[in-house]
Amino acid sequence: MSVSRRRVRAVFRKELREYRRNTSIVAAMAVLPLIFAINPLIAVFALPASSADSLAQGNTLLYLLGIPAVVPALIAAYSVVGERQQGTLEPVLTTPIRGEEFLLGKALASFVPSVAISFAVYALVLACVGVFAAPGVASALFKGRELVAQVLFTPLLAGWSIWVGIAISARSSDVRVAQQLGMLASLPSVAVSTLVAYDVIHASLGLGIGLAVLLLVLDVLGWRIVSAMFDRERLITGSKS
Amino acid sequence: MSSGRLLSADRSPALSVRGLGKHFGERVAFQDVFFEVGYGEVFGFLGPNGAGKTTTVRTLGTLIAPTSGSATVAGIPLTAENGVEIRRRIAIVPESPGLYLRLSVTENLECFGDLYETPGLKDRIQDALRAVDMTDRAGDACGTLSKGLRQRVALARALLSDPEVLFLDEPTSGLDPVGARDVHELIDGLRNRGVTIFLTTHRLEEAERLCDRVAILNTTLRTIGWPADLREQLFAKTLVVRTLVPLPEPGRVFDGLPAVDGWHERDSGAYVVSVSDSAIAAPAVTRALVAAGADVLSISESYHSLEDIYLELIDEDNEVGRR
Repeated sequence: MSVSRRRVRAVFRKELREYRRNTSIVAAMAVLPLIFAINPLIAVFALPASSADSLAQGNTLLYLLGIPAVVPALIAAYSVVGERQQGTLEPVLTTPIRGEEFLLGKALASFVPSVAISFAVYALVLACVGVFAAPGVASALFKGRELVAQVLFTPLLAGWSIWVGIAISARSSDVRVAQQLGMLASLPSVAVSTLVAYDVIHASLGLGIGLAVLLLVLDVLGWRIVSAMFDRERLITGSKS
Repeated sequence: MSSGRLLSADRSPALSVRGLGKHFGERVAFQDVFFEVGYGEVFGFLGPNGAGKTTTVRTLGTLIAPTSGSATVAGIPLTAENGVEIRRRIAIVPESPGLYLRLSVTENLECFGDLYETPGLKDRIQDALRAVDMTDRAGDACGTLSKGLRQRVALARALLSDPEVLFLDEPTSGLDPVGARDVHELIDGLRNRGVTIFLTTHRLEEAERLCDRVAILNTTLRTIGWPADLREQLFAKTLVVRTLVPLPEPGRVFDGLPAVDGWHERDSGAYVVSVSDSAIAAPAVTRALVAAGADVLSISESYHSLEDIYLELIDEDNEVGRR
């Protein structure tokens, strides 16, 4: 089976155009990362320089990996059921587009803004810490291994959340239910990244590589599995073919 | 419309449906449906709500898998493996236009043109917009358009891929008379361009005006043919005779005339005469009336509309259902 780039790009571009003109989606994309960032930032700003030693032990900024786990889940959970509810899904499914292409376009449209937002928020947090935190605190928080982990795990976590979100979306008949389930499904990823950030789960190179390989496999399998679950008849009529 | 253009000997039909059926569990959406549609034909698919029209369109459009029977669409066997190839050759305009309301008309068309991998898309979009007379609204967001204009955009979207078969599912549903007339004119234009159109509707005057042949579906196919043939099949030919005053002895006037099978008085001074051949019966009836000294107001052949045909068949079904 060959994937048509043009059809994937058509879905991707259409989605981005819709995001730009849908203030509620833009607001959801913007507010969640800020909630993740603001509260811990205030706590970091209040820390005295003497707390630098204890900060150096942990991987505090890894909690920001919650953003690529949560934001794409919200968008992806809307992607299929949202179109179905708007009545725009049937015309798309009557075109020659394959299920795999449709899903890939939808996934990319969730992936690109989510990853961009995640990196932007991470950069913003680093800049704020650098400018406003006590000098010892800032140097304790800036770690090369955390930067590598952010760069590596942000797209991997986003990919996993997206496929789970799209799978839920393709099986749901209500947008709200899909988004709630999508958020719930992203919580395990948030929990793991938070536990690693606060050193409850001790971060090591082996653990990092293991988790990265696992997520990569899940991301690739996710596309295949969700594509296999994609059922035009069910999406159009609500009945299984 | 000549039948030769519809089913030419050198080309397979645009649609060929053989015993097609679809069940959702115990519920039968439609079954045992047989028909063929020739290239260039405008084929009307009529039936009451819930008759299975939309499900038939979705099945032929490869959105739904049939549970029985077989079909070829645009010359390709209807199978799951052929779905992409069939969808490449057809276009479906569903009852609801299903446009992206936040996107402009052009952006909607760009999206669908890319989904069909249409070559020379910019020119094709201009052609499609011209065909539906929407060039001046190309930059408008679809959400700002009236229902009639949205339907036009949906038609333009369907034209982008230059489909061999165009399915229109209730294209005038919910439109006001002006909007419906505009859509009718567009369909007429498509017919003139030789596009094969499969039109589902329950607006009978629409089908009568636009379609070469019609089929009436009520879960099963009740009839199929040219409207004129269906009239002949279903209704006896009659002459309606009106006289200024009631005939004193109508039996002496009508009985025994050539090609007259019977008669009855409908109301005072109005008689319905059943005939086998109106070309023979009408002059004979006229002569007999003049000979009887009747003051004749009119002699006319009765006309049965498609609505009469439709109601006759659907009423039959309802009657059977009640028994």
